[in-house]
Amino acid sequence: MIALSDFLILSAILFSLSIAGIFINRKNIIILLMCVELMLLAVNINFIAFSHFLGDTVGQVFVFFILTVAAAEAAIGLAILIVVFRNRRTIDVEELNTLNG
Amino acid sequence: MHFDSSTLIPVLPEIFILTMVCLIMIIDLFLDESQRQTTYLLTQISLAVTIFITLLVSSPETQVVFDGSYIRDPMSDGLKVFICIISMVAFVYSKEYLLKHDQFRGDFFVLGLFAILGMMVMVSSASFLSIYLGLELLSLSLYAMVAFDRDSKTGSEAAMKYFMLGAIASGMLLYGISMIYGATGHIGFSEVASAVATSGTDNTVLVFGLVFLVIGLAFKLGAVPFHMWMPDVYHGAPTPVAMFIGSAPKLAAFALAIRMLVDGLEGLHADWQGMLIILAVLSMALGNVVAIAQTNIKRMLAYSTISHVGFIMLGILAGTNEGYISSMFYAITYGIMAVCSFGIIIAFSRKGFEADQLDDYKGLHERSPWFALMMLFVMFSMAGVPPTVGFFAKLFVLDAVISVGLTNIALIAVFFSIIGVFYYIRIIKLMYFDKPVDDTPFEASIDTKVVLSVNGTSLLILGLFPASLLSICTAAFG
Amino acid sequence: METVYLTIVIAPLIGAIFAGLFRNQIGRVGAHWAAILGVAISCALSFFVLKSFIYDGMLTYNETVYTWMVTDGLRFEIGFLVDKLTAVMLVVVTFVSLMVHIYTIGYMADDDGYQRFFSYIALFTFSMLMLVMANNFLQLFFGWEAVGLVSYLLIGFYFKKETAIFANMKAFLVNRVGDFGFILGIAAIAMYFDSLDYAEVFAAAPQLADTQIHIFGDETWSLMTVICILLFIGAMGKSAQMPLHVWLPDSMEGPTPISALIHAATMVTAGIFMVARMSPLFEFSETALSFVLVIGATTAFFTGLIGIVQNDIKRVVAYSTLSQLGYMTVALGVSAYSAGIFHLMTHAFFKALLFLAAGSVIMGMHHDQDIRNMGGLKKYMPITYWTSLLGTLALIGFPGFSGFFSKDAIIEAVRYSTIAGSSYAYFMVVAGVFVTALYSFRMFFLVFHGEGPRDKHAIAHLHESPKVIIWPLILLAIPSVIIGYITVGPMLFGDWFNGVIFVLPEHDTVARVGESFHGPFGFILHGILGLPFILAMSGLFVAWFIYVKNPSIADVIKSRFEVIYNLLDKKYGIDELYQYLFADGSRGIGKVLWTLGDKTIIDGMIVNGSAKAVELLSGVVRHVQTGYIYHYAFAMIMGLLVMLTLFVNF
Repeated sequence: MIALSDFLILSAILFSLSIAGIFINRKNIIILLMCVELMLLAVNINFIAFSHFLGDTVGQVFVFFILTVAAAEAAIGLAILIVVFRNRRTIDVEELNTLNG
Repeated sequence: MHFDSSTLIPVLPEIFILTMVCLIMIIDLFLDESQRQTTYLLTQISLAVTIFITLLVSSPETQVVFDGSYIRDPMSDGLKVFICIISMVAFVYSKEYLLKHDQFRGDFFVLGLFAILGMMVMVSSASFLSIYLGLELLSLSLYAMVAFDRDSKTGSEAAMKYFMLGAIASGMLLYGISMIYGATGHIGFSEVASAVATSGTDNTVLVFGLVFLVIGLAFKLGAVPFHMWMPDVYHGAPTPVAMFIGSAPKLAAFALAIRMLVDGLEGLHADWQGMLIILAVLSMALGNVVAIAQTNIKRMLAYSTISHVGFIMLGILAGTNEGYISSMFYAITYGIMAVCSFGIIIAFSRKGFEADQLDDYKGLHERSPWFALMMLFVMFSMAGVPPTVGFFAKLFVLDAVISVGLTNIALIAVFFSIIGVFYYIRIIKLMYFDKPVDDTPFEASIDTKVVLSVNGTSLLILGLFPASLLSICTAAFG
Repeated sequence: METVYLTIVIAPLIGAIFAGLFRNQIGRVGAHWAAILGVAISCALSFFVLKSFIYDGMLTYNETVYTWMVTDGLRFEIGFLVDKLTAVMLVVVTFVSLMVHIYTIGYMADDDGYQRFFSYIALFTFSMLMLVMANNFLQLFFGWEAVGLVSYLLIGFYFKKETAIFANMKAFLVNRVGDFGFILGIAAIAMYFDSLDYAEVFAAAPQLADTQIHIFGDETWSLMTVICILLFIGAMGKSAQMPLHVWLPDSMEGPTPISALIHAATMVTAGIFMVARMSPLFEFSETALSFVLVIGATTAFFTGLIGIVQNDIKRVVAYSTLSQLGYMTVALGVSAYSAGIFHLMTHAFFKALLFLAAGSVIMGMHHDQDIRNMGGLKKYMPITYWTSLLGTLALIGFPGFSGFFSKDAIIEAVRYSTIAGSSYAYFMVVAGVFVTALYSFRMFFLVFHGEGPRDKHAIAHLHESPKVIIWPLILLAIPSVIIGYITVGPMLFGDWFNGVIFVLPEHDTVARVGESFHGPFGFILHGILGLPFILAMSGLFVAWFIYVKNPSIADVIKSRFEVIYNLLDKKYGIDELYQYLFADGSRGIGKVLWTLGDKTIIDGMIVNGSAKAVELLSGVVRHVQTGYIYHYAFAMIMGLLVMLTLFVNF
């Protein structure tokens, strides 16, 4: 039997991976977008695990909403990515630093 | 499940604005360039009608509908009205900017309306689900708005940064929500509150979730160290978008804090008070200190916002009704000041000239004494000089904080406010004591001038008669 | 009635705003119409209010109009307390103000600052009305400071004139001294009564009457005495009592109409009004009353003496104002508040009249104010002459004239008083009567009688003033003569001030005077037999003898009593003392502090040092904002980790 804590640890690991991905990666913005998706999925695992062990469906409903929003978020993210590329001809994270101070 | 159409009445403002934004979006498709004003007018009319409907359905008692997902109470009414008013004012200035810079497109207003809808949903949420949806609706619209000027390098960079950091923040918020859901088994605020009351407050999972929640909130408010997006976004985004982000959403963020922390997790007050103290003190310190080094006025205003956010949190962390009232007062006041300051930047900009450098304000008094005076009101109000309303906002917050015994925090707040006065007064010095470097005559359309005058003088009038605004805030926490 | 009261206050304000902000749009005529209309509305409504009190038996109105804010249970409000005292003040203020407004059309006709002047005087009327209608200390203080401000603006009206600037600075600083005491008094009230509302404070006064407080060390002070003396220090500033009287004579640098309105009839009476209003407090402190009495008596006599040697027509009237204010203060000191207010009212009319008449003379003499250059103006300015005569007779207290009733009532009240200092005060006020008659008629004779003006050139242009100047004189002359006869019965000895002014039975000197009062005519008969009348007549006679009958005597006396003359001419040297001690002294201390403390320590080290430090810090910290997304994300994660370790107990 897999315990609740196993799920939570899995999701925590995924969450940490996604965060690590965001600030360790210094090259490609697309990888950042992927990390964000991963982060939301980690949260989803949390919700589903809680939902299952609490015997409550609200958590699963919440997951549906998160999935939908994540899709919208990805769309916006990619759209912004295209605008960035159009203006700079690069999607290098390291070159995205003209605004500072 | 039983459905009664009368439960829709409290939701009418949101339903109306949703209908209108869909309509406007479609209408805008069929308009050609010369008829673009129609979109703008429809937007303003929709907002005006929304205010009207909000007032119509408002009442002193609280109504909870949609199975505990949605709440209508005096606080939501008051905040919604001010969100709409501030947004209307912001749209007047935005139109001025967009026309001057040949970017007058319908999608700005459509996105703006979606953002307003998101804010209204946040303000009226009674569960974590609805507040999350409202927050995302707001955030996604704002991300798109920041990239509104498709040919701007800084705009797209700012949008990317905002988007990435915003996504991380909502991820953290969601992670926190999932923990709270796990610990209590509920997502409705009132159920969570009663579960917290029965299970006690020394629940590690709850506090663990709370930290993530507070971080999501801190990002939205722009509190240090989750503020990094703000200067870059304010700086990079087109001025009307920076204005929009900087004004009404702060009211929504205030509501976010009240709904989650007070309605849902008031039982954990001792925990979140400590977190907010750290955030508030850091915000006031960093905001005020770094603002001094700025030469770009939009960036400076971003740091000033960070310091104001510290004050808003100060009121909330007091944890008393008095504190919430003062915080709401501060948030509304801040919204009015922010929209006015950006309005002046817009009014002085023209094609190819953004008027966003501090030096552009030299000798403003000689070019337009009246609007220099308005800027003076804004700066005095932001600095907290009586008799402007900013003084009372600060006074009420400090009063609330001192009355719960956090005198040291109040002293720190005063100390950093004094440092902050420097960069506000510097603008006044530039306007009144320096010679103008640029003597292009000041040009703005008549509606911008009128609204800007009303907006500026309102800071003084509200300062002389703060009781009217205060009574609205008091009613919200009656 | 709330609308009426609001209109009374707001009408002059609107007039002032119109005349001030839109002065270029509405022009000179528009400005004076705006201001006059505003004040005329107020005046008409004030008479209506007074009528309602007299004939309709209207009750006292005490309501809050607007709550400004509430903090720590202390309510900051705007509210009106309109009782019979307020009603009298309203009529006096608005009527005199209206007269002065009309008069100004003629007096300021050639002045560039015409609109500005109208704006100021209408604003002044507004401030004064706020002061008298206040029902709480905050609004009282607002009105108090507002009249002070407008007075400052008006004394310095000719802001290019060196002496005017000096005078308004002086008025401002001296008033600051008084206001400092005043606000301390209000603060003490807020602290011990926990309220700023008159009604609440007065109701609580008897319970706190015996409270003792510690200020420095172990010495105990009576709370009431401290509060009352502090408040009275405020009144000393505004009502120009010794030793804070020095600003009033200098304030004559302003145009004559405001000397009449502000420095004679209304603003300077604010202190008197305030003390009368605070009678429920002052009654509980005999020490404070004695203090008031001695200050008032000293002012009444010694400033009158200075009036004898002044040669500037306005300054003579100014010193007479000081002396009369002293009389009013004396009345307050012996708990004869109603007599004080009564004298305030009669004085407002005849002193405004005298000032306006002086203004008329000054216009006739082409702005020469030296009475030695005048003389024989009677035949050139008959109306000015006759109205001046009526005003002067009222001032010296000639039986039947308004001033007679009020002044005699005060003197009688002092006679019956038993508090400490009352015998000194009695001597001073009785002697003052002689002095008053002497300086009044000295001026009167020098101006209107005797040889014609020295400057023959001036005669050619001498003529009576225009109608807008003459009419206010006539309209003011009427109440100057009759108001006392009509109102002495109800106001002093009737029940007019019942429930408004509070007097402890053992202090009630007015009632003792009233025992022998049998109608105004009887009062006149009684007065004619009294000592004051004899003294007044002898003063008149001496003035006549020296300045009309035998003018050479004046110089003989001057040389015989050179010491005294110089002492009076130098105004006892008080001005020089202040100049030397406070002005130069504090400037000296200031200079030392400035060079040593401010420039080196504060500016150099603290201000500039800390500013540099902050700037440096700011420059460093801003580089944390590197612009890289991964740094920003890293900051967020660090924030998360710190918060987790601080707040979660794993």
